[in-house]
Amino acid sequence: MISGWKRSYRRRREGAWRFGWNALHLDPWLLFALLLTMAGGLVVLYSASGEVVERVEAQSLRFVGALVVMAVIAQIPPSTMMRWTPVLYVTVTLLLVAVDVSGYHAMGAQRWLEIPGFGRFQPSELMKLVMPMTLAAFLARRPLPLSWKDLGICLVLMLIPVALILEQPDLGTAMLVMFAAGFVILFAGLSWRLILLCLLVAAAALPLMWLYMHDYQRQRVLTFINPESDPLGAGWNIIQSKTAIGSGGVFGKGWMDGTQSQLQFLPERHTDFIVAVLAEEFGLVGVCLLLLCYLMIVGRGLVLAVRAQDTFGRLLAGSLVLTFFIYVVVNIGMVSGLLPVVGVPLPLISYGGTASVTLLAGFGILMAIGTHRKLLPR
Amino acid sequence: MGNGFLRRLRNGGSRPSQIKDSAAEVSLFRRRCFAAVALIVVLTGVLVARMVFLQVYQHELFATRSENNRVRVEPLPPTRGLIYDRSGELLAENRPTYNLMLTREQAGDVGRTVELLVEVLGLPSEMSETLLERSRQRQRPYQSALLLSDLSEGQIARLALNRYRLPGVEVEAQLLRYYPQSVVMSHVLGYVGRISQEDLERLDSSNYAGTHFVGKSGVERFYEDVLHGQVGLRRVETNARGRVLGEIDRTAPIKGKDLTLTVDSGLQQLGAKLLDGRRGAIVAIEPKTGAILAMVSSPGFDANAFVTGISHADYQKLQNDKDLPLYSRAYRGEYPPASTVKPFMALAGLQSGVMRPGDTIFDPGYYQLPNDPHRYRNWQRWGHGRVDMHRALLVSNDTYFFDLAHSLGIDRISTFMHRFGYGENYALDVWGARSGLMPSRDWKRGRYNQAWYPGETLSAGIGQGYWLATPLQMASSVAVLANRGKAVRPHLVAAIGDQEILPPFPDSPEDVELDDPRWWDLVIQALKDVADSSPVLSQGRQYTMAGKTGTAQVFTVAQDARYDAAEVAERLRDHALFTGFAPVEDPEIAVSVIVENGGWGSRVAGPIGRAMIDAWMQPGADHEVKIPGRDDGHDL
Repeated sequence: MISGWKRSYRRRREGAWRFGWNALHLDPWLLFALLLTMAGGLVVLYSASGEVVERVEAQSLRFVGALVVMAVIAQIPPSTMMRWTPVLYVTVTLLLVAVDVSGYHAMGAQRWLEIPGFGRFQPSELMKLVMPMTLAAFLARRPLPLSWKDLGICLVLMLIPVALILEQPDLGTAMLVMFAAGFVILFAGLSWRLILLCLLVAAAALPLMWLYMHDYQRQRVLTFINPESDPLGAGWNIIQSKTAIGSGGVFGKGWMDGTQSQLQFLPERHTDFIVAVLAEEFGLVGVCLLLLCYLMIVGRGLVLAVRAQDTFGRLLAGSLVLTFFIYVVVNIGMVSGLLPVVGVPLPLISYGGTASVTLLAGFGILMAIGTHRKLLPR
Repeated sequence: MGNGFLRRLRNGGSRPSQIKDSAAEVSLFRRRCFAAVALIVVLTGVLVARMVFLQVYQHELFATRSENNRVRVEPLPPTRGLIYDRSGELLAENRPTYNLMLTREQAGDVGRTVELLVEVLGLPSEMSETLLERSRQRQRPYQSALLLSDLSEGQIARLALNRYRLPGVEVEAQLLRYYPQSVVMSHVLGYVGRISQEDLERLDSSNYAGTHFVGKSGVERFYEDVLHGQVGLRRVETNARGRVLGEIDRTAPIKGKDLTLTVDSGLQQLGAKLLDGRRGAIVAIEPKTGAILAMVSSPGFDANAFVTGISHADYQKLQNDKDLPLYSRAYRGEYPPASTVKPFMALAGLQSGVMRPGDTIFDPGYYQLPNDPHRYRNWQRWGHGRVDMHRALLVSNDTYFFDLAHSLGIDRISTFMHRFGYGENYALDVWGARSGLMPSRDWKRGRYNQAWYPGETLSAGIGQGYWLATPLQMASSVAVLANRGKAVRPHLVAAIGDQEILPPFPDSPEDVELDDPRWWDLVIQALKDVADSSPVLSQGRQYTMAGKTGTAQVFTVAQDARYDAAEVAERLRDHALFTGFAPVEDPEIAVSVIVENGGWGSRVAGPIGRAMIDAWMQPGADHEVKIPGRDDGHDL
């Protein structure tokens, strides 16, 4: 068996330009796939925002900023990240506590923290990255497959921030943080039996969760089960987005010709529901091309994960890639009526600031893992 | 399960500082990566399958739905026709008003917005509850709800100033019915109100798709079809918030037709003034055409209050008012016509041949039926002595008409009176007009399953007993008399749009023909002498006039038992009646007057009738009439 890093070492010697990329600590394939997706996203956004050039400009600027963040993070060696992870974990957890406390005083849902001179900032968003880092850093020091005790510690490490995020309340982010943590544990070799057991327990816990849900969350679930029950109220969004997607057909109605989208029948068309615009205007073909872009990113990400030199890198890269994919699945699933509506944007396409910065920061970590190599003895 | 785990746990516990097996870990990770790839493939497959299902399999369904979404048909409500009086004075118009609308979705914090509204508009603070309630009254999300109607200019200005603080708040223009003479005309015009569930059942729902108001009573109700017009349609492209992005095509609505009434608003106002503070009714008819010149019911009510939506409390107040302001006495009030029927009785006697004009009877002050000790008394206890038909009409002798009625019998009386419209509703377009009651043997048997008693015929002979008539019927019967038998259908509308409404009308009753046409003049001459012999009816009069007063035994319209002691005495008084027409030779106006509990007819109703006729015959003259009031003189 040829180990991943050895293959990559060999390839690295194949062309001089690869040295250039490696010196920059950027992965050209991943970067290409990301830029391609983002460019496509801007095209869809132009139509979805009602041809508002300012929005496309703002989104492009944000992308540039996020790419810079990605490039900067890619320069940090994974070993340094691992060292600083405990500090990051404690800091972000404390920030979450601060959000909850100020949210309590503001008598309502609060996800933001005002930092003077820095603007608004959402600590739960950071937790999406810090959570897999923490578990990966912890498990990297433990023997794998992970033990009961380590699993228990992992669960505690995961549940503290998740509980804080649920308190905000932000079910969508809490879920994604759980996914990120779960994938680390999966990659760390959690036994299949236990995975099955967890799934069963989770299924059994669903009715229990119902008791702890907020009214609006229950409404979303009810609407998901039967959108036609309230076609003009809560079911409106999902009926309209399904209509947009379905009416697009195989080839779509053409760019900026989607009546559902252009006539504003579609809610949140440039944010969470943007894929419905794509599906309406570019049809099944457009959706498949988008999925292909995502598969390119995910595929390259997994390659980087497999090639990672240490357990921290492997676990973290694997988790980041799968979490990214889960974003895609949850968003498209929700817009097409397969999943209940939770506020998950479509990665790299939806309009919005924090989400794309976090995403690209994640890809920065992935690139760091892929490009920082110690020349280990064979 | 768990054996392997427990073992691993034990092993792990016993070897805390186990040396990591790199190769094994890499191999484990690779296996997990294959699982991840499998998961990704499966999930991607699910997504693609879902998209294929929606976009290929269900494409037709959603394509249709999307097309329907894009294009919406909106009704364009027609403008309601206006109503004018006979001289072109506007009686019902459409006033542009401004409504306060709120879209909850755009307001953000609805509670806060409503509080701000209450503050900005200077409303009482308890209104915020009501406004919040109203903001939810709508059919679908993103639709604006009506919070307040008929905003004042000041309120609109204050809203405009605070617009930036009030997201989702809009001021919307709407045409609202307005009656400039609402109280005076209330029982003629009726009013429009919001379409109710019951209205929806009788209306053509597609024609009323964009309409909020419908005629509820009076002319507004009767001529609803004409006034409403034809709904227009426009197909528009809209967004989900109902905002119209563009119009595809439109069919313009057809405006409702304007109505010109036969009513003269000056005469109507005079009538309302004459009856001010009293309960009663006046109907004035042009005998030649049957055109209703005035139709007053007193007290009236403010019809405008019903348009904007009368509050429950105010409505209860109107309902419980013991003067019954909502009761259209002029065409729904049924009163004993009393002595005003005597001219018709005389005609009945002549036509049926039971008496001749010169025949006399002796009046000892009472009448007695054969084999019956009961004395049916004349109003003047000591009697009028020997009376013929002329004198009987002039002094309104009861005994003469008791005798005549007994000779005629109730069935002949009943049949003859129907020809003058008693017991019939000959009104062409008076919504809800009653037909009164013209009793007969058959009627009594059907109604009470009782035989008719001869004494009841005597009561009928002087317009009492079971006989009931509306003021409208009394006026139209007098019009027939004034016409010397030519039938009339009383009506309120002179023209629909440009088209004049003139007799002959469909289903008109037959003219009354007498064997000797001179009998008309005999009876009318007697009534002329009545008018000429009464100072209040004759002084200063420059035209000829025929008249007959009446005094109806008490019959309270209100069946309400809760009178206080002082009220009872007042409400036990007789009703005062007057009927008359002028000029005698070529009649232009026929009038009936009833004043509930007014007392002696010649004292109260006569002067009112005279004043009405004066106003019509001598326009511009001084109409000062002294009418005795309830307690003191009532100068007008």
